Amino acid sequence: MNINQIQDSIIEDFSMYEDWEDKYEYIIELGKELPEMNEQYKTEENLIKGCQSRVWLHAEEEEGLVKFQADSDAIITKGIIGLLIKIFNNQSAKEISNSDIYFLKEIGLQEHLSPTRANGLVSMVKQIKNYGIAFNLKS
Amino acid sequence: MGTIVSTGWNVQAIREDFPILKTLVHNKPLIYFDNAASTQKPKIVLDTEYHYYTTQYSNIHRGVHYLSQIGTDLYEKTRHTIKNFIGAASEKEIIFTKGTTNSINLLAYSWSSAFLKAGDEILITGMEHHSNIVPWQMACQRHGANLKVIPIQEDGSINIEDVKKLISGKTRLLAFTYVSNALGTINPVKDMIDLAHQAGAHVLLDAAQAIQHIPMNVQDLDCDFLAFSGHKIYGPTGTGILYGKEKLLDAIPPFEGGGDMIKDVKFEHTSFNELPFKFEAGTPNIAGIIALGTAIEYVENIGLDKIYAYEDELLQYGTEQLSQIDSLKIYGQSKHKSSVLSFLLGKAHPYDVGVILDHLGIAIRTGHHCTQPIMDHFCIPGTCRASFAFYNTKEEIDALVSGIRRAAKMLL
Repeated sequence: MNINQIQDSIIEDFSMYEDWEDKYEYIIELGKELPEMNEQYKTEENLIKGCQSRVWLHAEEEEGLVKFQADSDAIITKGIIGLLIKIFNNQSAKEISNSDIYFLKEIGLQEHLSPTRANGLVSMVKQIKNYGIAFNLKS
Repeated sequence: MGTIVSTGWNVQAIREDFPILKTLVHNKPLIYFDNAASTQKPKIVLDTEYHYYTTQYSNIHRGVHYLSQIGTDLYEKTRHTIKNFIGAASEKEIIFTKGTTNSINLLAYSWSSAFLKAGDEILITGMEHHSNIVPWQMACQRHGANLKVIPIQEDGSINIEDVKKLISGKTRLLAFTYVSNALGTINPVKDMIDLAHQAGAHVLLDAAQAIQHIPMNVQDLDCDFLAFSGHKIYGPTGTGILYGKEKLLDAIPPFEGGGDMIKDVKFEHTSFNELPFKFEAGTPNIAGIIALGTAIEYVENIGLDKIYAYEDELLQYGTEQLSQIDSLKIYGQSKHKSSVLSFLLGKAHPYDVGVILDHLGIAIRTGHHCTQPIMDHFCIPGTCRASFAFYNTKEEIDALVSGIRRAAKMLL
């Protein structure tokens, strides 16, 4: 699936949740299920420091596809990272650099992507795209 | 709802004064527990500002016309109100600023220029807000002086013996907070001020978290300088006060140059205006300052001693209730505390707890509260902080407790 198809399927997944509590329980579950980030990548360099929660992001390119690993110390942030990884993992650098993230607004979680939240997510999305641009230039 | 508490306090009548308390957040009644960050405004303060802008507004000072005269009188009336409120000796000792941060930066520039030399020491505590750390670090760098820190103890208080150990003949200034914004600790201000004076040091008291809770008199305290913000005592944002003893304010140079702070300007030389105008360059937040006067009068009418008693009752009740939640740990357990409850819920990140409480209509603050050294001291990323004001109720605290239990179920 391409980036927009995955976003659409996430929007569909979330449409079954009527109240905020179910939605957050699902996000928290995703956070718990997020594959452990390789400790060697949890470096100062990969750290995106928010005032509220911290986020680590690492990327590498394998056979034309970008692989992401990420983590956060806050579980709700981590759950949203899980969604972002679902969307961007194993996509091409070009697709990533041209992508538009709309699913958070559609599922009513846009507030977590607000710069004033200082949870590291805005910078993380920016950083994901920067990786896309950088890998794209390299190839 | 049990509106009358044992102190004879009619909280429902007070709540009527604050229009915002009727707001719905996520379709739930707002429960505002972020008072240490900023307080809500009573209608009378909003009305003052509206009335001033709609019927009395113009620029102040040196205006010959009618409106300018009215504005100047109202503006100077606030200075008089604040002089009486904190017990200053004269209006000359009350400088209007943009807020506590601005007051401290003014002092860190002007006081340091006159009094700080290479090798001198400035003493602060480990519980200072970044606003009372960074300006002094910058001043120390400029003048080759050293910053020393009084450690905090496990319960979030200060040991007066540590103060005695750290104050020396080299100490030029003791700059410290009356009440900790992150932990609620009330410091032994009088003892600390006396120790500093015995060593020949000046004292700046950061009253940002005290002015709205604790009655105080600067002459009894004998602090040399005192700083606070208007927005934390139910007044407008962008208003603040720097109090200083007249002879010290006379002895230090101006901070900003510009209009209002001058007596005579020639290209070769400018002479400065007298106190307090020497420190008030440029057009100030006139409407805000006038409305701050109304806010102080509002607080005075209710009585700060009554406010203190009621808020202490909320603190005791909140401490009792929150302590009953499994895996909740309160940070800041000093015997003398203001109405701040800083806590962590098991291993849950404060951000997560804050997000869930927000959805229940409960506003708390999460993070390091601009006191990173405190968080480093306790080896934690931050805390959840509920801070109470006199318009809060025990029922709201009950809602907080059930909200935290719900968050625990989801997160732990």
